[in-house]
Amino acid sequence: MQPRLSLLTQDLIERIIDEAYQLLLKPGIKVQNEEARKLLFDAGAQVDEETQVVRIPAQIAKAALNTVPRTFQLFDYDGNPTVEYGGDTVQFDPGSSGISVLDPDTLEQKTAETADLIRLLKVTEQLPQYDAQSTAVVCHDVPKEIHDLYRLYLVLLHSKKPIVTGAFSNKTVQFMIDMLAIMSGGADNLRTKPRAVFDVCPSPPLIWSNFGSGNLMVLARMGVPAEIVSMPLAGAAAPVTLLGAVTQHAAECISGITIHQLAHAGSPIVWGGAPAIFDMRKGGTPMGAIETAMIDSSYAQVGKYLGIPTHAYMGATDSKRLDMQAGIESGITAMIGALSGINMISGSGMLDFLLCHSAEKLVIDAEGVAMAQRMLQGMKIHTETLATGFYEGVNFKGGDFLKQKITMQLFQKEQNMPSAIIDRDSIRGWKANGSLDTFDRAKIRVKELLASYRRPELDPDQVSRLHAFVLDLSKQAGVETLPIIEDYEPA
Amino acid sequence: MLEELYKEMAQSIIDGDSDISAELAQKAVELKMHPLDAITNGFVVGVTYIGDQFGKGEAFLPELVMAGEAMKAAIAVLEPELLKLGESREMLGRVVLATVEGDIHEIGKTLVGTMLSASGFEVIDLGVDQPADKIIGKALEVNANLIGMSALLTTTMVRQREVIEELDKEGLRPRIKVMVGGAPITKDWVDKIKADGYSEDAIGAVKVAKQLVGKE
Repeated sequence: MQPRLSLLTQDLIERIIDEAYQLLLKPGIKVQNEEARKLLFDAGAQVDEETQVVRIPAQIAKAALNTVPRTFQLFDYDGNPTVEYGGDTVQFDPGSSGISVLDPDTLEQKTAETADLIRLLKVTEQLPQYDAQSTAVVCHDVPKEIHDLYRLYLVLLHSKKPIVTGAFSNKTVQFMIDMLAIMSGGADNLRTKPRAVFDVCPSPPLIWSNFGSGNLMVLARMGVPAEIVSMPLAGAAAPVTLLGAVTQHAAECISGITIHQLAHAGSPIVWGGAPAIFDMRKGGTPMGAIETAMIDSSYAQVGKYLGIPTHAYMGATDSKRLDMQAGIESGITAMIGALSGINMISGSGMLDFLLCHSAEKLVIDAEGVAMAQRMLQGMKIHTETLATGFYEGVNFKGGDFLKQKITMQLFQKEQNMPSAIIDRDSIRGWKANGSLDTFDRAKIRVKELLASYRRPELDPDQVSRLHAFVLDLSKQAGVETLPIIEDYEPA
Repeated sequence: MLEELYKEMAQSIIDGDSDISAELAQKAVELKMHPLDAITNGFVVGVTYIGDQFGKGEAFLPELVMAGEAMKAAIAVLEPELLKLGESREMLGRVVLATVEGDIHEIGKTLVGTMLSASGFEVIDLGVDQPADKIIGKALEVNANLIGMSALLTTTMVRQREVIEELDKEGLRPRIKVMVGGAPITKDWVDKIKADGYSEDAIGAVKVAKQLVGKE
């Protein structure tokens, strides 16, 4: 039985949804995209063109919620469904949209470039704890105009896993869909076997920007899954109460889903977010705060109640180093996300309010993810009797159970086997191996993974078309060449 | 054909399957294979492999123990055949193992015994709570060249020193070498009590034992 964490009673969930519907009417939702306002108006919503505020009656929103697929899958490059959205499936991917990386040697944050993203991709590709890749950091060695799609380009070249991504403009979202289509063998294949999900963000409080709502409509029409990343900031851009923030999150998601389903009913969309409390000392958005995780867990429960696939930003830290704070915050929030049955939990590898990424943190977080996944398997009944059948031949001696066949058969099913990141050595063994702390061990593991990485076998024709497509967009942005990718020559 | 059989033998040890290892040993007997060939070229290869894997952290204790058990099962079939030939297996050495007086923790010591015997030592395991005179008496009785002592508690590890002092008093060292082990045992302690060797784990213990008997 999968253990579950429930912070809300059914009564409370219904109150949240009821008040969310009230927010859709008063104060309403500010929709800054003209076409989206028209869709809503045509469906029966009241639109004030001057203020761009739309009042959405509950029945329109409810109808939209009804057409959302309850489950959908993401597919790897080879066409296998390896990510499942819906139900209580729990999967993890690295956080995305970081702007810097933590240099493991100098411990400075450095502006991320091509080589830094590739490093993260190579590590993620080999860690089974991460079910999907993400477009983890922005590369500052290419023109700004192609920042979003260039990240996707690098993922497509270095990975076969499904991808959690996102566009930075209405123009580039289409380009990114085209790139995915190239690698999927056409737009139809991409629609039937989507490789990626696109994060789309409303702006708190209760605003769907021109860009955000525009993205929703494009994705809906192309049949490419969208993931709403609603970010109520409790105490600043949302009510200070956690329940108030959860309610605003619901209103932002429901309004987004309404626009999305009106553009194309039945397209896949995810009830997701990256909320936070507002830190009243420093004015920051702490991703490692327990209250942030409580908002996540609660909104996920609301999404599940409505039957919509879920996502959250958890497993990250606000610390600047891979220290105890990083461990506590990342581990605890990842575990809460898992126990909340959230389908895709993004955030591993990230430090400093989601600004900074670290390959070394990714390998450490993978151990926390493995612990959370083991927890989700719960207490398992493997044998007919729980214990009595084990005692034959046991002669009141300590090691006897080690000699049982069943021990060998079952120990790996009962015990999660951590990598060398987790130290369980004796003090002598630990000293003999160099007295390494977690960070030291992570550096070694990253080096090993970088050495063992092999570029996936991709169709060379697809790769050269993809390269030409991205190079052309770079030229349009005024830069004639793309950064050299180590060990790689485009055809 | 022969190569294939050796491979199966090694595999039966790696799989920790005593039924199959005994069966293959029986097959070797029926084929009139020399028992030592079966042991050296077949079964021991499996033990060495699983020991290496354990050292790398890629095999785990249950696999190690089961490999030892499978080895024991194969040897049980082959040993009488050797005797019939008027030969015996050349053992690397004879070891008396015990957990010291006052201490009843023996999982680690038993593992060391399993691995030593799987690696070609003759092991006499006295069990737990063994006073110095019993341990030394047994070592003399069987003409052992090694004594291995374990202790889990800091309060009982002092007993290891008593055994060594007793051996020295009787002038039995260096004829009998002493190796120690257990959770509280450090290099400093080993130097202090003038033991001949110690190890962190069962695989390491095999190496130390081989060095001490000059077979490495």
